Amino acid sequence: MGSAVSVINSRDVVTALREFLPERAILHEEEDTRPYECDGLTAYRQLPMVVALPETVEQVQRVLKACASLNIPVVPRGAGTGLSGGALPPGDGVLLSMAKFMRVLRIDPLARVAVVQPGVRNAVVSELAAPYGLYYAPDPSSQIACTIGGNVSENSGGVHCLKYGLTLHNVLGMRGFTIDGEPIELGGEAPDAPGYDLLALAVGSEGMLMVVTEVTLKLLPKPQCARVIMASFDDVEKAGAAVADVIAAGIVPAGLEMMDRPATHAVEQFVHAGYDLQAAAILLCESDGTPEEVDDEIARMKAVLERAGATRMTVSRDEAERLRFWSGRKAAFPAVGRISPDYYCMDGTIPRKRLGEVLNFIAAMERKYNLRCPNVFHAGDGNLHPLILFDANDPEQLHRTEQFAGEVLEKCVEVGGTITGEHGVGVEKINQMCVQFGAPELELFHAVKGAFDPRGLLNPGKAVPTLARCAEYGGMRVHGGKLPHAELPRF
Amino acid sequence: MIETLQHRIRDAAARRSALRLRGGGSKDFYGNALRGEILDTRGYAGIVDYEPTELVVTAKCGTPLSELERALAANRQILPFEPPHFGADATLGGCIAAGLSGPRRASAGALRDFVLGVKLIDGRGQALSFGGRVMKNVAGYDVSRLIAGSLGTLGLIAEVSLKLSPAPPEERTLRLETSQARALELMNRWAGQPLPISATAWHDDDLTVRLSGAAPAVRAAAGVIGGETVEGAFWRGVREHSDAFFGGDEPLWRLSLPSTSPPLALEGRQLIEWNGGLRWLKSALPASALRDALRRVKGHATLFRALDKSAGCFAPLDPVLERLQRQLKGAFDPAGIFNPGRLLAER
Repeated sequence: MGSAVSVINSRDVVTALREFLPERAILHEEEDTRPYECDGLTAYRQLPMVVALPETVEQVQRVLKACASLNIPVVPRGAGTGLSGGALPPGDGVLLSMAKFMRVLRIDPLARVAVVQPGVRNAVVSELAAPYGLYYAPDPSSQIACTIGGNVSENSGGVHCLKYGLTLHNVLGMRGFTIDGEPIELGGEAPDAPGYDLLALAVGSEGMLMVVTEVTLKLLPKPQCARVIMASFDDVEKAGAAVADVIAAGIVPAGLEMMDRPATHAVEQFVHAGYDLQAAAILLCESDGTPEEVDDEIARMKAVLERAGATRMTVSRDEAERLRFWSGRKAAFPAVGRISPDYYCMDGTIPRKRLGEVLNFIAAMERKYNLRCPNVFHAGDGNLHPLILFDANDPEQLHRTEQFAGEVLEKCVEVGGTITGEHGVGVEKINQMCVQFGAPELELFHAVKGAFDPRGLLNPGKAVPTLARCAEYGGMRVHGGKLPHAELPRF
Repeated sequence: MIETLQHRIRDAAARRSALRLRGGGSKDFYGNALRGEILDTRGYAGIVDYEPTELVVTAKCGTPLSELERALAANRQILPFEPPHFGADATLGGCIAAGLSGPRRASAGALRDFVLGVKLIDGRGQALSFGGRVMKNVAGYDVSRLIAGSLGTLGLIAEVSLKLSPAPPEERTLRLETSQARALELMNRWAGQPLPISATAWHDDDLTVRLSGAAPAVRAAAGVIGGETVEGAFWRGVREHSDAFFGGDEPLWRLSLPSTSPPLALEGRQLIEWNGGLRWLKSALPASALRDALRRVKGHATLFRALDKSAGCFAPLDPVLERLQRQLKGAFDPAGIFNPGRLLAER
């Protein structure tokens, strides 16, 4: 944001917001705004000029209109659990916290929908739907804290998305506002809304296209039962091949996760999930459905895993054991957080068949940068979460970590994958966007943004890099005299 | 070959001359009036990559849909959204552009849910690539899913990657006699229970239900549903509109509404799918009356097949949404050459 907006100071903004917001809904003293300086990606921090905490939909609209007329940026924020800095505040604008929008407006068990405000926590939806035998399928590991608004912005996944889809597949409709405060409603309970599918475009748009005030979620019948197989492998590549074999056998597991030995060791000290610590990697392979279906599928999965070289298999005997096996996977990030001062979580997705190659590459990077990197992996859908362990107090280590992560993400693109499967680009992976996309695609992204927000005031500077930034980044990474994307214009 | 398509598009853009993107022409009937010089996509055909263990296929736009489905069937896999072909010449590109899903939609998801990536030629003739061949990808705006159902108005879909499903090991179709109101209640109630229902349809006091899944699950569910077992070929008739219901000269309306909406008291014949969310109506009622009735239940009415489309095929948009849509169209196709007016009326 250039000098054009620097004439606005926080006093002008506070005065404008006081017109319609109560005093408690406006934070501008440093001691009050400090907690908002970062989201789950703490390496990036910026003190917001003003934080607005509206309580009604009308107040949200007026915040947007006020900011639009002052020509200052607005950054929406949910629970602040995002891992890519998507909610990094604007130093020269308003951080729009949706934390007060915590109401579940309607649960309709016959229609199988829940209509919720964006500040509702993910796990709450399934809790409230449970008495009707229903649940909300996407279950990111942070589900006890993260909100539906954030999930929609990032198109969050979870450990069951191979079978049940991402947020995108489980959102039926949204209401909200454009940056200018114009109300819009996308999708709805009626399928196939006329015109272009703006709902598909808005989900996962990292808060760059609209501010969401209401979301209609699809609820699914809770499977009657679920069981999980914990399978050990003496070799990581064998475990990867086993994943492909399960799919090839015509099975779509409800969940299919992999953890390597460094990850299971970190977790086991923390939650005692009962993991096989001798194994080079373990797979968690879940079946759900009717008891008949689950028995049948577990038997077929076991046969496939056995043929693929599993050295040990344990099938959960009851719900408590099943949850215990999963608790380790869901606690993987905090567990790693206990064995290292800091960790850096990557989120690349790759075609499953390239898993062995990518894991070997990561191992080589561990040696090259002299940093440890346990791996947890949504194996079923090819989404990797390598966790680089480092100490942020050592700037040199942070630098090495960033280099390490950059190389891994670029490897993901090279093998036909993507730099981010579910955490979003935010500010964190913005340079790697230049590797994944060429200039014409990036220009089109900017044009899409421009269709919704011509002045670029909503969450500016995130998710899509400028071509100038890419030219600069490319210039820093000349390999053997050849630019990675020679077709990019260099400014 | 893609260069040939790019060249044609650049040339048309320079002349601001409309292009009518067309595969096999099986869906020429769908959408508003067709205009422009035909750009035939059938020469750009073939499966580019198919790895059954990745559950992903990538193919070029001119690939016949039947050829693609045969290749998947050989590996016991399917397109989960069960797309209608509406003719032997249907191509993959046309299928994605039309964005129509078949009977499995209510349980498996819509066509757009399975689009993982596209290669697109935009209105400047640039070949652009969005999404990819992996299940999870949140880098950049989800342009590939925006393209699904855009009726070729944003660009030429040159190549597409789709997520697949294993073919269900067992299927069974059951039929029971019941009123419309009771059928709507049953379909919605069953959809909230863990039953392997893959399609539902009601017409003329017959409720038809398809079960798909592992043999023991299908068997157990058949006991819950009841009724008599009938031929599964019924679903092809519903999907392809070859069923007798779809015959006759009256306009065919596609009514989209919340599945639990009570029976619509509208003049004409109805066939209901998707647990009540999709209701086909053969009726000569005026468009304005129908559209008002649907608006009242938070739905919308599409004039699907008719000789006279002067009322517009698609329900009018809210002014803000219409402005956003036109701006998006301009971002992809600044000269306005692709299928002008087919989705959004020309101004």
